[in-house]
Amino acid sequence: MSKAKIRKRAGKIHQFIMVDPDLCTGCETCESICSFVHDGVFNPINTRIHRVRVEPVFNIALACQKCEDAPCIRSCPEKALEKEDETGNIILIEDKCNGCGFCIRACDFGVISLHLDTQKALVCDLCEGMKEEFIDPEVGEREPQCIILCPKEAISLKNVEQIGEETRFDAVRRLFSDQINEYES
Amino acid sequence: MKMTESKEISIPDEVKGYTQNRLDVDLSTGKITKTEMTPEFCRDWIGGYGFGAKVLWDELKPGVDPLGPENVFVWAIGPFPGTILPTSSKYGVFAKSPLTDMFGMAISSGSIGAQARRAGVNMIVVKGKASEPSYLVVDDDDYYLENCEDTVWGKGCWETEEILREEFQDQRLAVLAIGQAGERMSRMACITNDRNRQAGRTGMGAVMGSKNLKAIAFRGTKPISVAYPKEFYQLAKKLIKVANGPATSKYRDLGTPAGLTSYNKLGMMPTNNYREGTWDKITEGEFTGETLNEDWVVKKVACSQCSIACDHLARVPVSHPDWPNLVASVDVELLYGFGTNCGNADWPSVFKCITLCDDYGIDAISGGVTAGMACELFEEGIITKDDLGYELPFGSSKNLVKFTEQMILGEGFAGEIFGDGTRKAGERLEEMGRKNASYYGMHIKGLEMPAFDLHGMTSFAVGESVSIRGACHLRNGAYGLDAKGKFDRFAYDKPIERGNAIIAVEDIYAVIDSYIICKFTRGVYEDDDEMAKVYELVTGIPHTGASINKRGAAIVNLSKCFNIREGWTRDDDHPPEKFFKDAHTKGPAKGVTLKEKGYQKLLSGYYKARGWDEETGIPTEETLKDLGLDFVIGNLEAKGGKK
Repeated sequence: MSKAKIRKRAGKIHQFIMVDPDLCTGCETCESICSFVHDGVFNPINTRIHRVRVEPVFNIALACQKCEDAPCIRSCPEKALEKEDETGNIILIEDKCNGCGFCIRACDFGVISLHLDTQKALVCDLCEGMKEEFIDPEVGEREPQCIILCPKEAISLKNVEQIGEETRFDAVRRLFSDQINEYES
Repeated sequence: MKMTESKEISIPDEVKGYTQNRLDVDLSTGKITKTEMTPEFCRDWIGGYGFGAKVLWDELKPGVDPLGPENVFVWAIGPFPGTILPTSSKYGVFAKSPLTDMFGMAISSGSIGAQARRAGVNMIVVKGKASEPSYLVVDDDDYYLENCEDTVWGKGCWETEEILREEFQDQRLAVLAIGQAGERMSRMACITNDRNRQAGRTGMGAVMGSKNLKAIAFRGTKPISVAYPKEFYQLAKKLIKVANGPATSKYRDLGTPAGLTSYNKLGMMPTNNYREGTWDKITEGEFTGETLNEDWVVKKVACSQCSIACDHLARVPVSHPDWPNLVASVDVELLYGFGTNCGNADWPSVFKCITLCDDYGIDAISGGVTAGMACELFEEGIITKDDLGYELPFGSSKNLVKFTEQMILGEGFAGEIFGDGTRKAGERLEEMGRKNASYYGMHIKGLEMPAFDLHGMTSFAVGESVSIRGACHLRNGAYGLDAKGKFDRFAYDKPIERGNAIIAVEDIYAVIDSYIICKFTRGVYEDDDEMAKVYELVTGIPHTGASINKRGAAIVNLSKCFNIREGWTRDDDHPPEKFFKDAHTKGPAKGVTLKEKGYQKLLSGYYKARGWDEETGIPTEETLKDLGLDFVIGNLEAKGGKK
């Protein structure tokens, strides 16, 4: 994924997958793609992004929030999880993970699970670990596939600063619509 | 292409997509066995509809009572569920229909297809009858029946799903279930899954009820691999994008309720049980897709792996005195059923009727049309307030809800007379001496009609009448020929050309129902070859556009032969008499009735184009041989069953 435009915060990146519940239809496509591009087979049990439907109308999907002081990292007895400063990703040191599942208990968002075959922790890696054969030749590099394929463009990659800024702009446009519209053609 | 060429379609060493696992469930003994379907069976019958047609032909004894233990209930998927192919999470159910006494089928989606595919089943064939109310569990390789007399029996579809998800501690458990209507074997009973998805038509829920089978629950953890992963991913990515583009905007934006306005303009929107084809509530903007979306729709949701998200959820405000906060899943057929066709423009009562159907478990098309029949019988004085306990003229809202609930649950006069659909209602009333009651039942072969007024739809009058499962717009979609003006929709010319035009859609629709994907995605494929290509990329079996269409024709012919064996005759392919006798008093089809002679000419044209005997409508030996249906020859004698 192109890193040129990613905003750093005091030298660190904090960005994560965000899903807009107004746009999310609950179609589960993100889950199927996540498993497919990492493993070459479809199995949403092995997804790193998780759809949640609360009947009758609410739909969303959740993935790793990339917490700064991540409870999963703190809780891992094998020290198998680490924060990668360059990407902000929480990465798994496969050799160290023994599949105890304590990270699952620690995560406040329920977005860690164990891979069915390897029994090792699954955390959103923003597709850094996707298979090479599925890289779009026109893009030529890895990028989060759930974002690319979400039919409703409900999934985006957001920096914490960006989220606040977008919300502020929305609020201001709402609160000061008269003054703003005066200058818009 | 000859069938011999189909046999030349090579089969790879390892077939992907399909699990090839067939479960046979004998409810009478409780025995469940697993066998492997051959790659040739998969290649030739594709999935869903094709599997159902072949199994019912081979294994259902002709002439049996559809609500008896001898009926065979088939559940099937194709090779696609669980992949990211748009709208691939679909399943079909097949049995002899208690509404038509002929080939019954219904298709639904939601999460069932994907979960079942991960569990590893491709087809389930249910026979016999359980001694106690039971549900079937397919949990990866664990298959078992569970008694449910004290748990979910007697519960609605929605509560059944919730209880089983709680029981299994799994909110993703896929549950298909019947409600109270299926338990009491209402011939209109549907199967509900994922709350808002129904295998609605032809009374498949009643067949489950007759077998004491309350539900089937699926979950699975197995991976799904495809024959050509890289190429499939490229094509699927494109299809996902196209499936959210202009080709499907009519299903996503206003949704199918946009048809209220467009069909009203053509005089083809059934109003007041087909007395009219236009409605001032639509013309004036009160009962339109626009109003629905602006005032009532709160969310659009999708089935698993669907890019479109056509499911429009409408909500009644919390301030409503009768049904606060009610949420209903709405499409045009249901707005026709309990709206236009009952002359009811009161949105909340329409939504309430829809949720009663979905939850208690009847097909909302059949339910709405049966309610419309009751309204007209009331207006004609054939049924009265003394019968019902309340008035039921066109335009009823609260009383319509009362009627609908009684009809579904089999309670009161409404339930006793109307609880099994229009045909039974007519028969029962006439037995009581209420003359001419059947005239008001708008069904073909016993299945209630979808939202198209056939006055002034001469092509679809044939298309809807020849539909294998009874009145249906989804077997050949020939309404498009009238709506788009491909032929003069008031004329009876070009019988062969019209026949061929119907067949062209009917064959590929049979493929779509076998794959099974949603008909809303037909337009996302460049052509039939691309649709065949995606089959090859998933399964490894190299079909082509021509060869899948040929299989579609074989599947249509085989299910037609099933009907013939059950006693079908030419007279069954006929629209209700009303279209020939009573005309609209206004609108584009004002004064127009169908003409018997012209209709019969077009029907013969269709038969001839199909390679069927022009007079009898029975496939010729030559046609059957050409389609590889040699096993049917000599076995077409009517064995009874049709009443």
